[in-house]
Amino acid sequence: MTGTPFPIEQGHVRAFARSLGEETDQVPPTFPIAFAQFDPDWGLRMRPDRPWNGSGSEPGVSSGKGGGLHAEQEFEYFRPIRVGETLTARKREGRTWRKTGGKGVLNFAERHVDFFDAEEELVARSTTVSVTVTPKSDEDTPEAGR
Amino acid sequence: MTVTTDQEVRQVVVTDLKRTQIVMYAGAGGDFNPLHTDEPFATQIAGNPTVMAHGMLTMGLAGRLLTDWFGHENIRRYRARFKASVWPGDTITATATVTGVDTVDGQRRAELTISAVNAAGVEVLSGTATAIVADESEVV
Repeated sequence: MTGTPFPIEQGHVRAFARSLGEETDQVPPTFPIAFAQFDPDWGLRMRPDRPWNGSGSEPGVSSGKGGGLHAEQEFEYFRPIRVGETLTARKREGRTWRKTGGKGVLNFAERHVDFFDAEEELVARSTTVSVTVTPKSDEDTPEAGR
Repeated sequence: MTVTTDQEVRQVVVTDLKRTQIVMYAGAGGDFNPLHTDEPFATQIAGNPTVMAHGMLTMGLAGRLLTDWFGHENIRRYRARFKASVWPGDTITATATVTGVDTVDGQRRAELTISAVNAAGVEVLSGTATAIVADESEVV
């Protein structure tokens, strides 16, 4: 089966742990989110061949998309992730649902990333719930964030 | 390790959150949304008071309460809902409460709720977790 390699590198794990205020080579439970570094589809990093909307000489530009707010996140482990192994990440869409709120209609969507080891055993699963708002008026459109 | 229902552990997971820590998280996690690290963008384009911490930084910080208690390799599930923004200068306190202890496949597992609040007492994160409880004989 296809998928995207996710090498579990000691330096990456240590940098991630340090950002959480700890000095350890053990893998924090939220570390699978850092698969973003290896995800070819991940849009929230600068790339040489694409414009970036952050500030330079000017304060930047709105993405204009409204994006999606990161509402919930879950990590499930079937065994611990080990430094030195390379996992294979496979993304798939999950459930979608809607709620009507004060700002408009809230559109929820789940996205799963399943991480498999070299023996094709499922090691961990990341589930992201994002929400976009269909506003009552366009002025209510929020910037993307999570 | 002795873990019982209703047992509660509270821990300050960050004091006076620094912008540099947000930058460190962006660099390691890979989320470079300028809302989180770019002050001119955050204030002038997004209209926020300053840069905003990643929800995943808050989740990771609160998760330290779980890993300090049970050990990194014993966290089997961790779910969080992001309820309010976290900003530079915030002090975040996390509380985990055991809601039950069961034996699954021969392992003792604790079910927990977790909550994180800022210094004003506003809940910024709520969630649940499942952790393997190390046998007393394995604790060194």
